Amino acid sequence: MTDQTTKASLPAQSPPVEAPPAQARARGNWFKSDGAEPLRRNLGLIGVLVVLVIIGAATRPELYGDATWVKNNTFTILQQASAIGVVTVGMTFVIIGGGIDLSVGAIIAVAGVWSTTLATQSYGTAGMIFTALVVGVVVGLINGVLISYGRLVPFIATLAMMVAARGVAAQISGKQTQVSANTTINSIASTRWLGIPVLVYILALVVAAGWVLLNRTTFGRRTVAVGGNPEAARLAGINVKFHTLLLYALSGLCCGIAAIMLTSQATSAQAAMANLYELDAIAAAIIGGTLLSGGRGTIIGALFGVLVFSTITNLFAINNLSTEAQNMVKGAIIVAAVLVQQFRYKSLTQLLGRSSS
Amino acid sequence: MSNLSRRRILFGSAAVGAGALLTACTSNTPQENTQVNTNNEEANPNAAPGQKVVIGFSAPAADHGWIAAITNNAKAQAGAYSDVELRAVEAGADAATQRAALATLIAQKPTVLVMLPHDGKELNAVGLEAMRAGIPVVNLDRAFPDRAAYRLQIKGDNFGMGIAAGTYIGQQLKSKGVSNPVIGEIPGIDSLELTQERSKGFAEALATFGFKVANRRPADFTADGGQRAATDLLQALPKMDALWNHDDDQGIGVLAAVNQTNRKEFFMVGGAGSKAAIDAITADNSVLKATVTYSPSMASSAISLARLIGQNKGMSDLVELQVPKEITLASETITKENAAKYAKLGF
Repeated sequence: MTDQTTKASLPAQSPPVEAPPAQARARGNWFKSDGAEPLRRNLGLIGVLVVLVIIGAATRPELYGDATWVKNNTFTILQQASAIGVVTVGMTFVIIGGGIDLSVGAIIAVAGVWSTTLATQSYGTAGMIFTALVVGVVVGLINGVLISYGRLVPFIATLAMMVAARGVAAQISGKQTQVSANTTINSIASTRWLGIPVLVYILALVVAAGWVLLNRTTFGRRTVAVGGNPEAARLAGINVKFHTLLLYALSGLCCGIAAIMLTSQATSAQAAMANLYELDAIAAAIIGGTLLSGGRGTIIGALFGVLVFSTITNLFAINNLSTEAQNMVKGAIIVAAVLVQQFRYKSLTQLLGRSSS
Repeated sequence: MSNLSRRRILFGSAAVGAGALLTACTSNTPQENTQVNTNNEEANPNAAPGQKVVIGFSAPAADHGWIAAITNNAKAQAGAYSDVELRAVEAGADAATQRAALATLIAQKPTVLVMLPHDGKELNAVGLEAMRAGIPVVNLDRAFPDRAAYRLQIKGDNFGMGIAAGTYIGQQLKSKGVSNPVIGEIPGIDSLELTQERSKGFAEALATFGFKVANRRPADFTADGGQRAATDLLQALPKMDALWNHDDDQGIGVLAAVNQTNRKEFFMVGGAGSKAAIDAITADNSVLKATVTYSPSMASSAISLARLIGQNKGMSDLVELQVPKEITLASETITKENAAKYAKLGF
């Protein structure tokens, strides 16, 4: 198998793959190996992003000809991706750890609504942020306890939480939209530092923290072990139950951060907010190369997954195309990403089998 | 191990403390603005207490300001009558749960049944059943296809709302002398019939001026959905002349997006007529210059009319001895000039 065939199986032609040939040959074996799978996938996703931008530039040349507009548009795409990106980081951890969290949208709603009640708002900015984060973590912990100690299937436990948490949010808010009167919170979405929106910094920070946590700490190694083979992980001395509990709490924390970001963007919170975020986050994690069965996945891939969706939304908006068509394309991309994953995984195992025999 | 358990105790007590602090934070009593017809017996002979009427009431438990206002208005209006007893059941999350809730309500034999169905088509059979059992049905806002399924239908005018918004925008742009305007539209949930009617009315009204919608980005009736849709729209239209946002609740997010992008070159028209929107129009310090009504006051009127139906009375201003079968509210345009008059109708 040459480098060329590997490239051909990528979802799109990606310029960054064209590394100097000498270097590619030297690293050829490694590049084809199982360990380089995330790298190849990320390059593929970057390729998809480049293609999307080229389509945008071809369809609306007058907009893309304006440098300020392009810069602003890039920030808009990143801003639109920021809250869902933070949620996806938490979701990626949960999925790598062999679980799933269907309640993320509902946790955002309950954290957002709780932190914008009149009583909480009277405690000021710190009180609101504290409330959103703690509510997120607590709801995540409840999920974790139900799953690891109550032995509920993650799908069922978080499905129940999704319904219940929306109920709590509707109860607290009295089904009204709660407007945030806190100017500090509201200004998070409009403030820029050094020309870059604060929301983008938050996203970058969370992604960086997630990357370090997954790749450079024992917590991350344990997450992969627990998701890959829980029994082996237990025999290796990992407290699988407690670790699973922590993963859901982490997802809850991410939802708390996202709740503040969304509240700031919409200057309000309501029980119906963050509608279907669970599906967007799962989809982004999956197209970023996270295995739904656990044990494998990357934070950077998940980030690219979110960015691909955000860029598609942007592309359809600037061309005034219907959201129906946009949803169909999104669906097709999810299927394509999983097909690529399966195809590559199978061919790789065959390849490895052949070389070892 | 002792080290670990101490850490856990610390974490545990910290969690309990945080929990205690948080529960104090759920107290939440915003002022409710309900629209009630306070009765004046001299002016209106129908206001005099009459035969006791038990009104069964059911509306979806949707988490939207408009639906919340519907329920609050119905309760407040019923409370204003000494001869009305309101039995309200929440309709839950979908048509099936509402059907179950209505079955228990019908079994209690109320004098009149007022309902805002999840979906008129799906609950048509329940309306028929109640009418056959001799309980007059007042359908609020979402029409039953079968005319035998209701005694009275009172609803807003979605098509008219689009017409009102389109006409206002058209007139404003004409008077400013804009020849080839860029007009944006942010509808609510696009798959709903009501959204399609609104958009159709809007397009038709604009067509009479020779204008058309340049870009439309549907949201989902939530503020965060409105913010996302508006951000996309503003990005797609670097210069815009006018914008119609179908719903004032999602308009909170739309206005937030407008402020975040610092855009001021266009004017915006809202929809529904929320208190926040009317206040913003009065203050005249944002791009929001008008809103077209789709008022939840129809719930108050529905209770008043249900009472008259229960007491076999007509509307005193009309010649007919009975309440008419269909009432469609006109969609009115609220601008800075008449905002004061509408302030009490905001929800």
